[in-house]
Amino acid sequence: MTMVATTPLRRSGRDVAVPALDAGAGRRAAHTEPAWVRLVIIGFAIAFLTVFVGLPLILVFSEALSKGIAFYLSALADSEALAAIQLTLIAAGISVGLNLVFGVIAAWAIAKFDFPGKTLLITLIDLPFSVSPVISGLVFVLLFGAQGWFGPWLMAHGVQILFAVPAIVLATTFVTFPFVARELIPLMQEQGQQEEEAAISLGAGGWTTFWRVTLPNIKWGLLYGVLLCNARAMGEFGAVSVVSGHIRGETNTMPLLVEILYNEYQMVAAFAVASLLALLALVTLIAKTVLEGRIEQGLQHHDH
Amino acid sequence: MTIEVRNIVKQFGSFRALDNVDLRVETGELMALLGPSGSGKTTLLRIIAGLDWPDSGSVAFDGEDALARGAAERHVGFVFQHYALFRHMSVFENVAFGLRVQPRKIRKTEVEIKKRVGDLLDLVQLGWLADRYPSQLSGGQRQRIALARALAIEPRILLLDEPFGALDAKVRKELRAWLRNLHEEIHVTSIFVTHDQEEALEVANRVVVMDRGKIEQIGSPGDVYEHPASAFVHSFIGESIVLPVDVQGGTVRLGERRLDLVAPASASGPSKLFVRRHDVTVGPSGSGVFEGAVKAVRAFGPMQRADVVLSNGHGDTLIEIDAPRDHSLKVGDRVGLQPQRYRIFADA
Repeated sequence: MTMVATTPLRRSGRDVAVPALDAGAGRRAAHTEPAWVRLVIIGFAIAFLTVFVGLPLILVFSEALSKGIAFYLSALADSEALAAIQLTLIAAGISVGLNLVFGVIAAWAIAKFDFPGKTLLITLIDLPFSVSPVISGLVFVLLFGAQGWFGPWLMAHGVQILFAVPAIVLATTFVTFPFVARELIPLMQEQGQQEEEAAISLGAGGWTTFWRVTLPNIKWGLLYGVLLCNARAMGEFGAVSVVSGHIRGETNTMPLLVEILYNEYQMVAAFAVASLLALLALVTLIAKTVLEGRIEQGLQHHDH
Repeated sequence: MTIEVRNIVKQFGSFRALDNVDLRVETGELMALLGPSGSGKTTLLRIIAGLDWPDSGSVAFDGEDALARGAAERHVGFVFQHYALFRHMSVFENVAFGLRVQPRKIRKTEVEIKKRVGDLLDLVQLGWLADRYPSQLSGGQRQRIALARALAIEPRILLLDEPFGALDAKVRKELRAWLRNLHEEIHVTSIFVTHDQEEALEVANRVVVMDRGKIEQIGSPGDVYEHPASAFVHSFIGESIVLPVDVQGGTVRLGERRLDLVAPASASGPSKLFVRRHDVTVGPSGSGVFEGAVKAVRAFGPMQRADVVLSNGHGDTLIEIDAPRDHSLKVGDRVGLQPQRYRIFADA
């Protein structure tokens, strides 16, 4: 072969003279504050977090367990509690599934193509973030309620949406719509479409390219979006409260049940259900931290 | 495989990226598309690859309509400026990708794929990196892997978009020679895009000079350098002394001074005179078409470079000339300058 030998990466940085580090010895670096200032600031931050975040969390669990573990478990095994847990899981499951598909499609469209109305679409995706959840719920009442646009037609055909599971799923889906798309759009924009173009020029079809190139590149971001979407879906109160109708054992999700139990002075039961939501929050928090590290790594792999 | 591009027009909004481009590439050629940014060279390459579509015109491979096929069916190897390696796959899997996505009936067995990828990695001399990930490679290594990946599908045509644009100067030089040698070995019809004239002239056997969506000249590296077809090509390739002249009835004037030069019939009115610096002979006053006074002399290597103020009718024009080291030049000397070769193009 008649090729010019290209030497592998040479690490020549070792013998470069290192600038003297002791030039400013004895003086503090300009950005370092005196010790007492640092202590006060850090102390304040810790105290604030303890009072406003840590204490309530501990309180939830201590209240829930105040009458013993047996009482705690029986409160959770109550049929209304079980129904609420089941409904919450169903609503979150469906809305996360829908938003996963919508989110990937929307992010794909926005990041990879130029089309008229793109800005409008981005704004629309953000709408659920900027509208109060109560208003979101009311919109569904206006659409599907007895006096709403579709209400009379739906009633005539015996379809129950409002004050039933479908409305709860719809409201939850609406409120949690932005999470997946919002997470993916910047990620996909940053990654560009060159890897997809490379895959296509190598003979891969659209599906193959999506499964083998696009999806692996966005998987951590996607998981992150799903995680936040799920946390919000399970914890959503306002929008669901408006459309649920609060039928006991039927249309109460966990957050709604917590409120009802609390209003009926069933403190331990209320906190028992709340403790599950708090646990969900903690798991989400940990998973989120792990995923953020992964996404960071994924982007570093991209450096060129 | 020949490539025949005809009447290609591509518009991005109000910007005309390609304006009626015709181009024919012969089998086994290594052709360079050279031009400044925005000249349309990358757009043309992407249209040939099937990554972009022209508004009108045709592209044919060996006489067969290429626009009827998508990028995936064109069998074109494409190398991107920023490599576009699949970041979640090892080097081996990157190169194997094109083989793994082939239709089931013609797909190679795992053993065959292993063999082929191994051969390709040997070809780019990076077999020892098979298990690494793209992020662990240097820029030059990534680009060679990208090339191996493009070659895996045994492309009929190889297209390279600014292949060395993101690399530092030393690696660029190495890869240039390497690419030329590789092409001699595999001989696949290849087009590469560059804005670096040295790269184009050194690597390609034919150069296409583009500007503002049009082809200015097609020719061998020697041709485009020695016989530039337009003012743009002359100023874009190689360094030139450029003087604004006026041509009336075949008489060339620089300001008030009449120059004993021959203008082509096509030049009339305000024009530009182009001379390569090394085509100017320096002699005593009165020995050349131009008269001037030496303003400064800088000596380096075998040459010396001098700033000379030309005396013409109105105002002074400063030009830079080269002279052999042994030629005595002092600040303040009056010199005569004779262009041995020159070109005159009418202002557009």
